[in-house]
Amino acid sequence: MKDSQITAPETAGTKKPKRFKFSFSRKQLCIPYALFLIMFVVFPLFLIVYYAFTDKTGAFTFSNFASFFTDTTKISTLLISVLVSIVVTLICLLIAYPVAYILSRMKRRIAFVLLLLFIMPMWINFVLRAMAMKELLSLIGIPLGSGANIIGLVYDYLPFMILPLYSTLIKMDRSLEEAAADLGAGKIKVFKEVTLPLSMHGIISGATMVFLPVMSCYVITDTFSGSTGFTVIGKLIAWCFLGENGTMTNINGGATISLIMLVILFVTMLATGGFNDENNARGTNL
Amino acid sequence: MKKNEKIIELIGLTRQFDDGVVAVDNIDLYVRKGEFITFLGPSGCGKTTTLRMIAGFDKPTSGKILLNGEEIGDLPPNKRPINTVFQRYALFPHLNVYDNIAFGLKLKRIKVTYADKDGKEVQRVEKLKKYEIAQKVEKALKIVDLEGFEKRSVSTLSGGQQQRVAIARAIVNEPEILLLDEPLGALDLKMRKDMQLELKEMHKKLGITFIYVTHDQEEALTMSDTIVVMKDGVIQQIGTPTDIYNEPKNSFVADFIGESNIFSGTMVGDKKVRFIGNVFDCVDDFAKNEKVDVVVRPEDVFLMDEDKGQVKGKIISSIFKGVHYEMVMQVGKSEVVIQDTIERQVGEKVSIFIKPSDIHIMAKEFSSNKYDGYITKKNTVCFGDGEFECDVTQLYPNSHLDEEGYLITAEGESIDLTDVDVNVEVGLKDIEISDDHELGGAIGSIVSMIYKGDHYQLIVRTEENEEDYVLDTEYTWNENDIVSVIIPKEKIKLSLKQEVKR
Repeated sequence: MKDSQITAPETAGTKKPKRFKFSFSRKQLCIPYALFLIMFVVFPLFLIVYYAFTDKTGAFTFSNFASFFTDTTKISTLLISVLVSIVVTLICLLIAYPVAYILSRMKRRIAFVLLLLFIMPMWINFVLRAMAMKELLSLIGIPLGSGANIIGLVYDYLPFMILPLYSTLIKMDRSLEEAAADLGAGKIKVFKEVTLPLSMHGIISGATMVFLPVMSCYVITDTFSGSTGFTVIGKLIAWCFLGENGTMTNINGGATISLIMLVILFVTMLATGGFNDENNARGTNL
Repeated sequence: MKKNEKIIELIGLTRQFDDGVVAVDNIDLYVRKGEFITFLGPSGCGKTTTLRMIAGFDKPTSGKILLNGEEIGDLPPNKRPINTVFQRYALFPHLNVYDNIAFGLKLKRIKVTYADKDGKEVQRVEKLKKYEIAQKVEKALKIVDLEGFEKRSVSTLSGGQQQRVAIARAIVNEPEILLLDEPLGALDLKMRKDMQLELKEMHKKLGITFIYVTHDQEEALTMSDTIVVMKDGVIQQIGTPTDIYNEPKNSFVADFIGESNIFSGTMVGDKKVRFIGNVFDCVDDFAKNEKVDVVVRPEDVFLMDEDKGQVKGKIISSIFKGVHYEMVMQVGKSEVVIQDTIERQVGEKVSIFIKPSDIHIMAKEFSSNKYDGYITKKNTVCFGDGEFECDVTQLYPNSHLDEEGYLITAEGESIDLTDVDVNVEVGLKDIEISDDHELGGAIGSIVSMIYKGDHYQLIVRTEENEEDYVLDTEYTWNENDIVSVIIPKEKIKLSLKQEVKR
C-alpha cells in the first residue's frame, strides 16, 4: 500500500480532487505559447515559403529564385547589404569596446550614469532619432548616401554593442588579469591574452545583435538614402510589397528575398555559435 | 644558500584605501630566503593586502618593499620575480591545463650568449624554445601529481586538481618567492590536510621562499617555519609555531591560536597571580597589583577529585571530541575549559591543578574597566558587585523610554530589557570614589595605589566577588580605606551581548 502512495501521482490526484483541480502540468501550461508560436511564427513562415515557391497564379515555380539570382542589381544590393552590415558592426565594435572597457573599470555608480547616457537614445523613437541624425548630417555637410547610412546605423545600433560587452567585462574575474600580470604579462599582453579572449562572448553577442538587424534594416536606409539611389536588401523587400506608390506589386518576389535573407541570417547565427551558447544566449545580456 | 639572508623586507609598509580604511598599518617585517612564512589573522586583518603589495597588485601608501635589498614598491607585478597562487585559483578558462601552466613560460625572455663568426660573444634576448617549455610543464605537472592532464580543459577539473594546476602554473616559472593566498580555502577538510602536507613537501623540494596567507591557525601551525599573527593591519606577534602557541604575546594571539582559557587576573605578589578566586604560582614576573591576562591551554588543566586540586568547581558540560573529552568547569562566575581523556559527569564536583609553567601571563593593555553585567527591572545595570544607574537608550540608536520603563526603539518597537546581559565599559577617569557609602553603586576597599607621575592609579576591590575598579585620581587616599564607587550615568558604556528577542 505504501508503494502506491509514493508512486502514481494520478491516483493521488483522484484521491484528492481539490488539488487536482488547481494544478496544471507543464504540458498544459505550454498550450497558449504553442498556439501563439503556431499562429504568429510557424504559419507566417509557411506563408513566406509558399509565396516564394509560387507565381502570381499560385502555381509551383522556381522562377522567383531564378529571377533573383540572375538579376545583377539585386545580387549587388544583397552584397552591399552584407558589406554595410559588416562595416557597421566593425565600427560599432571599435567604438564600443573601449567604452565598455573603461566603464567596467570605473566606480559602479559613475559607470551606471554614463552607461545610462549611452543607452538613453534607445528609448527615443527610432524614426525620430533617424530624422534628427539626418538633419545633423546635412547641417555639418555630409551628403546622403552610403556614408550617411553607415553613420546613421552606427549611431542607432551602438548601444546594442556596448551593453553585452559591458556586461561581459564587468562579470569578468579581475583576478585572471592579475594572474596574467603575475606570470609576467605586460599591460598589452594581459589584454591580448586574457581580457580579449575572455570577452569573446560579449563580442560575438554584440556583433550578432548589431549585424542581424542592420542586415534587414529598412527605415534608416530609407531616411539616409534620400534620392541617391543607395539601396539595401531591406529596402528591396519593402519595394516588392509596397511598390513605388504603396500598392502590392510583387508578393512572391518579396517572399523570395525574405526567405533568402532568413537562410543567410540562420547561417550567420550558426557560424557564431548563437544557438549552442547557453550562458550568453542573445539578448540575455539586456 | 645562506639561511639568514633576507629575501624580502617590508619597512613601515602602510596601505590606506580610498575610503580611509587603513588595511595595513606601518608594518616592519623581513622574510629569510627559503623560509615558509605564514600571515595569520582573522578576515580584514590586512594579511591579503600585505600579500598583494608584495605581488604588486596594490601600491603601498607609504613604506618600502625591498627584494634582495632593492626597492620594488613601484614595479608592476610582471617585473617581479614573484608568483602567486590565487585564492580562487584564477585559472584561465579559455586555455587548457598545458597552456595555463605554459602561460608564464611563453612570455619569458632569456638572454642567450652566442659566439659569432669572428668568435665574438653576442647577446640576444630569446624566447624559450617549444621543447624547453614542454619539458618544464611536464616537470611541473609531475611535481603536482597531474601527469597526463595536459589537454584537459580546466573547467572539467575538480577543486583539488584546479588547485594543483594553479600551483604548477606558479612554480613552473621558478620564482624567487611563491605567494599563496588562502589556497586551500575552497577544499574540503580531508583534501586540505593532504594538500597541507604536500605543500610543505613541495617547499622542501623546491627550496624557494613561500609566503602563505591563511585565517586557519591549524594550517599555519602545521606548515610554517615562521608565523606572523596580524590584527587590524598591525603585527601582533612574529615567531615559530611553537613560540606562538606556547608563548603568545597577548590575549588576542592566545585566543586566535589554539583553544585557550583567558582570565583577567591580578598579580598579588612575587610570581603569584590571582585569578578564578585563587592564588597560583607562576613563572612570569610582573609588578604587584598589575592587571594581567592569564592564558591557560585546556590541555594544561589537570582534573582531580574535589579535595586534591587548587580550585574547586563543578562540571557543567562535557563533549566527546574523539581523542579527548572537552569539559567545562564552573568556578564562581568563570568557566574553565578542560581537555581530558577521562570523562567526568556533568554536575560532578571536581578540582583542577595547573602547573606554574603552564600559566601564561601577559600584560593587559589597561585602558578601561570592562565588566559583564545585566540590566535590572529599574533600567539600572548590575556589574562589579554593584548596581548603577545607566542610560539604556544607548543600546538602540534613537530609542527612548516610555512611562512604564519599557524601551521604545526608533522603529517604535517596545523592548523589555530586564535581565538582558550586557558588556559594561567604564573609563579609568570616569570613576569617582567617596567616603560616603550611600552615594555610590558599589563598595570596596582600596587595595593598591600607584603614583603615575601626575595622578594616582587606584584599585578598589569589592568584598563579595573581588571585582576590581581601576581608576585614575588626583587625590591621595589610603590603602585599605573602604570607599563607595560612583560612576556618572552617562559614563557607563553598554553594549548588548546578543540580540534581544522582541
